[in-house]
Amino acid sequence: MVMSDIQEEVVYQRPVSLENTVTHYCPGCTHGTAHRLVAEVLDEMGIREKTIGVASVGCSVFAYNYINTDFVQAPHGRAPAMATGVKRVMPDRFVFTYQGDGDMASIGMGEIVAAAARGENITVIFINNTNYGMTGGQMAPTTLPGQKTTSSPTGRDVEVQGYPVRAVELLSTLDGASYAVRRSLHDPKNIRMAKKAIRTAFEVQARGLGFSVVELLSICPTNWGMTPDQALNWLEQHMIPYYPIGDFKVHEAIANLRF
Amino acid sequence: MQTEIVIAGFGGQGVLFAGQLLAYAAMDSGMETTWIPSYGPEMRGGTANCTVIVADEEIGAPVVRNPQAVIAMNRPSLDKYEPLIKPGGVLVVNSSMVDRTPERDDIIVVTIPGNEIAEELGSRRLTNMVLLGGLLKALPVLPLEAIEKALAEHLPERHKKLLPQNYQALRAGANYEQEAFV
Amino acid sequence: MARELWKGNNAIAEAAVRAGLQAYFGYPITPQTELLEYLSWRMPELGRAFVQAESELGAVNMVYGAACTGARVMSSSSSPGVSLMMEGLSYLAGTELPAVLVDVMRGGPGLGNIAPAQGDYNQIVHGGGHGDYNMLVLAPSSVQEAVDLTYISFDLAEKYRVVTVVLLDGSIGQMMEPAEMPEMRPVRRLPEEAPEWAVTGAMGRQRRVLSSIYLQPPEEEEANLRILKRWQQVIANEVRCKTYYMEDARFAVVGFGSAGRVALSAVRAARAEGIPVGLVRPITLNPFPEKILQQYAGQVESMLVVEMSAGQMLEDVRRVVQGRVPVELCARLGGIMPLPDEVLDAIRSLARGEATLEGHPRDRWLQRMSLLY
Repeated sequence: MVMSDIQEEVVYQRPVSLENTVTHYCPGCTHGTAHRLVAEVLDEMGIREKTIGVASVGCSVFAYNYINTDFVQAPHGRAPAMATGVKRVMPDRFVFTYQGDGDMASIGMGEIVAAAARGENITVIFINNTNYGMTGGQMAPTTLPGQKTTSSPTGRDVEVQGYPVRAVELLSTLDGASYAVRRSLHDPKNIRMAKKAIRTAFEVQARGLGFSVVELLSICPTNWGMTPDQALNWLEQHMIPYYPIGDFKVHEAIANLRF
Repeated sequence: MQTEIVIAGFGGQGVLFAGQLLAYAAMDSGMETTWIPSYGPEMRGGTANCTVIVADEEIGAPVVRNPQAVIAMNRPSLDKYEPLIKPGGVLVVNSSMVDRTPERDDIIVVTIPGNEIAEELGSRRLTNMVLLGGLLKALPVLPLEAIEKALAEHLPERHKKLLPQNYQALRAGANYEQEAFV
Repeated sequence: MARELWKGNNAIAEAAVRAGLQAYFGYPITPQTELLEYLSWRMPELGRAFVQAESELGAVNMVYGAACTGARVMSSSSSPGVSLMMEGLSYLAGTELPAVLVDVMRGGPGLGNIAPAQGDYNQIVHGGGHGDYNMLVLAPSSVQEAVDLTYISFDLAEKYRVVTVVLLDGSIGQMMEPAEMPEMRPVRRLPEEAPEWAVTGAMGRQRRVLSSIYLQPPEEEEANLRILKRWQQVIANEVRCKTYYMEDARFAVVGFGSAGRVALSAVRAARAEGIPVGLVRPITLNPFPEKILQQYAGQVESMLVVEMSAGQMLEDVRRVVQGRVPVELCARLGGIMPLPDEVLDAIRSLARGEATLEGHPRDRWLQRMSLLY
């Protein structure tokens, strides 16, 4: 066999919608995975140049450095309101927010609920890693009962600190929400399912069906004090029982889409 | 030179609209004018009043302590504004809604049973026009024709069929025979 | 176009529409609500964006998002709502975006009341949000002036990439006066006519990011200096002020908005009594008409600041005249508009030579106020 007979086929490459750069995320962090999934979807749909991202405050504050689209940077929790402003003057653009649990489910609860209730035609990527990562691992609205954080050092006591928020279930009850699902990033199978959900969410927007949100269960090895492997296991064993993977609202117009 | 007119009464008596008519008529007559209501919770069922200023130059304050003229549609308005009218000014009282006679003797007092006249013309809602007619008779800051023109242009569309009655009410107020005394 | 009788709030809304307003985001609050109500039918009628937001926080951040696209965008509110907006105003400033905010002030602090007041002066003029920034503040005193200033507020915002605030009190929002509307301007087409910094989707060009983050202090300092240099241009070019009877004046009254027009009545009455007094009515509160006031500080014997707040503008006037002449205060608070006779009394006091550089004018004013309560 001579060399010229070898047929090369590209099976994997960096999406055009993902910048070729080193991220600031900690080793093992699943933000990188989530970024890549969004970028792959934008590539597949050919909408990179028609997309405007809204970065939030938290670890993903610099999402605009990695996802290769036009971007704006919102104040803490306000990404859905800012996205509303962008979308209402440029309705033919794809507008998505990328928000963590503290940003969306705590300080930004008002904005996200209102945007969903209005049926705002935007897509929300919601990263749930059960803590405030950027500020060093404080208790978040999604911190599990008993989970230790730097501001719940003896473990979240629901009698004192209340219960975690299941955000997509809550949003799914609103008539304006057309797509509200939860996926996880803890293994390849679930990552593939997560990508399909992100694709579906953008398809919802493409069809003008209204609000779409994909929650992605994620890990925070640094603040959890675990290795990435331990963290992935912890997610599977502790988060999924509390935050079940599933579809909580699926508009019938996209219910049969397959990717 | 400016004239300040306060129109006061209960919400629903057409106080604000009567004031707006004055302002429209003043504007259409080429004069400067302001109309300012007491706004907010007072609008909702309680007392309402507005101040209209008609002037021949840029108007300063849109409200004054001592107006030139007052239309008092009810007793609380009479009690509140009678003491404030400028000496030599005009007080028009809706005697249908007021159970006392005005006390000032240094102003022109015009007393008109507005509700009764309005009802005779077909609707109590014309009371504000009756009293406005009475005011303009005693204080000819604008001709009645200017008010009629403003009515024709600014009466809400659904009330346009009532234009003739509104004209009648203005005239009835202006022509009401009474003891006007100084 | 002929003069029409306009309510202040409605007139501002229509003037904004005619200036090419593309998107409005607001929340109901008295005494500005008519503005929101007017635009709720006017904007859709013209195919433009209108959203009644979930809160003023939501509204200002919708403004923030829409401003990123280069659209002409506006919100409006009243004092308590404007407090909520401070976050977004700081972000707009930090991102160097143009936008227009109308603040129809009411009595405060706290929930206060819905009557006319000027207590937002410091919050708006000296910046209530965090960080180093300025907003261009236009203070109309009549419905016509509110129309004219709203109409140019977008041009000013875009020229200098600042937030322009049209600052008035509830009485101007609620009153009706004759006003002439300017002509309807065409709406900016997006993305074709978007400014070169706008985020509209990276169609055939390098992508753009709009953010107020400069993690490295030297970069933040550079951004701050860039913003400040642009502001210096505003100071050089955009000071607006109207004077009345100042040519031969030996006393000057200073007041803006409603307080300014009340002062005008008082000045006329004082002139009728033979007191040589004039009025300086700042139209831009930021930039403040410093040179004009400094010039008059060399002409008059004393000044009187009339405001519907507790000496907030007084401090700016005192700073500007630097003790060259006494500055006294005539103020009402809590939603009370001073009446011309109160201001006239204060002018008479100046004419009697009772103004002094001793002590603080606020103390003397408080002493006079204590007679009321």
